[in-house]
Amino acid sequence: MGDNIKVVADATCTFCGCVCDDMVLTVDLDQKRITKSENACVLGKAWFKEHAIEERPFALVDGREATTDEGVEAAAQILANARFPVVYGLSDTTCEAQKVAVAIADMVGGCLDTTTSVCHGPTGIAFQSGGESTASLGEIKNRADLVVFWGGNPAEAHPRLFTRYAVTAKGMYTPNGRKDRTIVLVDVRRTPSTPVADIFLQVKPRTDFEVLWALRALVKGRKIDPSIEQRTGVSLAVLEDLVDRMKRCRYGALLFGMGLTMNRGRHFNAGAILALATDLNEFTHFVAKPVRGHGNVTGADNVVSWQTGFPFGVNFSRGYPRFNPGEFTTADLLSRGDADAALIIASDPASNFPKAAIEHLKRIPVINLDPKLTHTGRLARVSFTTATYGINVPGTVYRMDDVPITLRPAFDSPYPSDEQVLTAIRDRVRELLGGNRVPAGEALAGVAVS
Amino acid sequence: MTSALRIVNGRVYDPANGVDGAVRDVCISGGRIVADVPPDARRIDATGMVVMPGGVDIHCHIAGPKVNLARKVQPEDHRHDVHLRTRVTRSGTGGTVPSTFTTGYRYAALGYTAAMEAAVTPLGARHTLEEFHDTPVIDKGFFVLMGNNVLMYRLLQEGRHEEFRQTLAWWMSATKAYAPKLVNPGGDEFWKGQRNANVTRLDQQIAGFDLTPRKVIAEFIEAGNELGLPHPVHIHCNNLGHTGNYQTTLDTMRIAEGRRAHITHIQFHSYGSVAGKSGDNPTSKAHEISEYVNTHPNISADVGAVMFGRSTSMTADAPLAYMLRRFGGGKWVNADTEHESGCGIVPFTYQDRIYTNALQWAIGLELFLLSDDPWRMVFSTDHPNGGSFMSYPRLIRLLMDSEFRKEQMAKVNQQALEHSGLRDCASREYSLSEIAIITRAGPARLLGLTGKGHLGVGADADVTIYEEDADKEKMFSTPRHVIKDGEPVIEDHEFRAEHEGRVFHVAPDYDPGIEQVIEPFFEDYYTIRFANYAVADRYIRHPQTVPTAPQAAEAGAVPAT
Repeated sequence: MGDNIKVVADATCTFCGCVCDDMVLTVDLDQKRITKSENACVLGKAWFKEHAIEERPFALVDGREATTDEGVEAAAQILANARFPVVYGLSDTTCEAQKVAVAIADMVGGCLDTTTSVCHGPTGIAFQSGGESTASLGEIKNRADLVVFWGGNPAEAHPRLFTRYAVTAKGMYTPNGRKDRTIVLVDVRRTPSTPVADIFLQVKPRTDFEVLWALRALVKGRKIDPSIEQRTGVSLAVLEDLVDRMKRCRYGALLFGMGLTMNRGRHFNAGAILALATDLNEFTHFVAKPVRGHGNVTGADNVVSWQTGFPFGVNFSRGYPRFNPGEFTTADLLSRGDADAALIIASDPASNFPKAAIEHLKRIPVINLDPKLTHTGRLARVSFTTATYGINVPGTVYRMDDVPITLRPAFDSPYPSDEQVLTAIRDRVRELLGGNRVPAGEALAGVAVS
Repeated sequence: MTSALRIVNGRVYDPANGVDGAVRDVCISGGRIVADVPPDARRIDATGMVVMPGGVDIHCHIAGPKVNLARKVQPEDHRHDVHLRTRVTRSGTGGTVPSTFTTGYRYAALGYTAAMEAAVTPLGARHTLEEFHDTPVIDKGFFVLMGNNVLMYRLLQEGRHEEFRQTLAWWMSATKAYAPKLVNPGGDEFWKGQRNANVTRLDQQIAGFDLTPRKVIAEFIEAGNELGLPHPVHIHCNNLGHTGNYQTTLDTMRIAEGRRAHITHIQFHSYGSVAGKSGDNPTSKAHEISEYVNTHPNISADVGAVMFGRSTSMTADAPLAYMLRRFGGGKWVNADTEHESGCGIVPFTYQDRIYTNALQWAIGLELFLLSDDPWRMVFSTDHPNGGSFMSYPRLIRLLMDSEFRKEQMAKVNQQALEHSGLRDCASREYSLSEIAIITRAGPARLLGLTGKGHLGVGADADVTIYEEDADKEKMFSTPRHVIKDGEPVIEDHEFRAEHEGRVFHVAPDYDPGIEQVIEPFFEDYYTIRFANYAVADRYIRHPQTVPTAPQAAEAGAVPAT
């Protein structure tokens, strides 16, 4: 450890959607690394530890080392010449960068999509069809006396969801923390989260929807056949007991994960759990929340929504935003072989997309921005090394409950931020196109022009 | 710095400076109105046209957490109303809750150059300012929700008046807000903590506190006046939308006891009940409400008119949204914010054949037509609650054109008209000068924005030029030229340039020691660190800090350097 030590209090961890803003970071400014991260969970500690400055080229163009400016020129040429580019990722960067990414997609008339489409996208679709009753995490901390976790494993994925917000957290009407709450966990298997629960419902895989719908029926006073147990693995008596508890509690919360949204039923499951919370408001106060993964995926949803009216899966090729998940969501359009260029920011689809989509990424020019070398970075024609948000880059992120938080970076990076690179690309594309690309013949006639 | 400009030969309506349709030139230099410009300055020929200051919307919902939820929940509302990009402007979507860029462009295209977002949670201030940054052309500001704030309640309950006032000043500064907003004071604790109940009486004890809504309202009005805020406390009264609520509204106005207070969307608070019946049908009490406002110069109001068609009800009054949901049975959003607010969102359609909707429409018009003082009963639809801002031109025509009004009255539920007094004010027509007052000069004066709403020397050069037309809806729908800060943003109906407006906010002085009262509450009960709560300056690109009365007096006492 060098002598040049700085302590950053009230810093924010952007590893997951909890976006805890109470980090105390000890920074070795000579070695440019964080040596201690007080208050961080095990995931946060790893996040801070692993984001030191590595010796990497500022950019790679066709595999050759290049300056950031050369990368910007190559990227702008690709985007200006593409007929149907897709801009994707964005869940691990600042809102300031996200805004510029949407601007680029609008300017060139491409697609704009975020990692929401492969995580809580179905929740977004369910929300559009019925709305939701929701709350900031502080309401759950201060008021919730019944918390139901469904289809997630926070102990391993969001450790501080338990301690900071929803289980042991002490609040105004929950002064004894854990003792003032009943915790229910619903999942297809036992996980390290299970011991936290007072009540554990182990549902048979792929029957979440049936369980949720039975609960809705019971809440509304309908009869459910005891054969529900054979179907779902949960007895009618257990369901009735849960419904009774949900109706009697003072402030109930349903927190659900990708076990619901990326499972059989997808947006039907998400719709069912949102509707259950809504139904329960006939009896008491009840809220539901998707537990979000990436540090600023919620910011991406917000930025894309306020700029276009839609949360993800947006296409601009007619000169205005259109929303159609399945058509304009990246995994789908790449699998069909639709896009002719891709700008991928702060995510790694080449590591987790379907094979057909990855094969198409290999065929088209890809531009990638990431602090680390990823699978996507390796197949990219233009690859930028950027600074890490929250650790090196200031800006804004949104917690999973839509609360915006300003970042306090720990130390400077020699690399530019995503926002800086994207802004340079946008400005150069604007020069090349002479302003926004306006569809020929006008889109007013409703004819798609690419 | 923009170049000099002379608007030639227009008929000028500038009621703040006593100009009522005189043909004269308006000169602009450096983004402001000036007495004269050099002869070689650019000229815009306004012969046969009407020249007014840019419109000022005193109360609308255009940015922030609840607006974005309302956007997200209505893809169907965007799909049928798209906004194309041009070489210089961004694309977007419309409907009752347009995307940010579209909001800015469409306000500008109606000749509006400033709009105030009327309900922002303190925790949502940063989000709101981020959206403002993406809302082009117009100047903006927001009112911050304080009327259900738990820490403020605690201070009041303990009789700590000075700390209450200091804390209010701190909160205004920390969030970069423009005015404090009260919404259904006392309601949140019932809603969140008492199984979705609500407060119904001003003298009812607020759940969990030794306080009443009356006390909360009185203390905020007093503190707002003591701080000398440019706009007084902005009040959404209790019992919004409920039959018989006009008594609550009159009582709320009486609480002010001569001090300044602004009652917002007062149409929604002007309902009686059918005499001798126990039924739920409301009646119009516009006459009683108007009489009170007319005779009490300390009170101002915006109407919150209802226009038929699609709307989106979005409000910090969560119990109200829940009630509306029962009528429609469609989508419903509820969103609680810790210690600060509730929120409810319901897409809603006002229909002319439905008794209550027709009555609400009629009451809105009555309130305008019964007003003696257009400076204090100003224009709003509580966008998008009573209707979209895109319906403003139609509302202007309803006020200016009694024949048109009569035609429209014939189409609505006639039983509702019988329970309103609209037929009694059939002959009144608003003049262009009165329209200029209720849509720009009046709101600007009520907001304390001295550079807005007029064309006197030194004013901000926000100018709208309309082509005269017998059809006032057409005339006000499509101004020919719109000049913002001296720059012709729209010329001959076309956007010529991108422009980013200012953000108005206040920064009342407070004793820094008050943070030692506030911080412990954050440590115990908030989920965001106190140090991370206040909004940094960089969230506003073009700020304009509007001084409080004491700050203005102090500045005035020092000779200009």
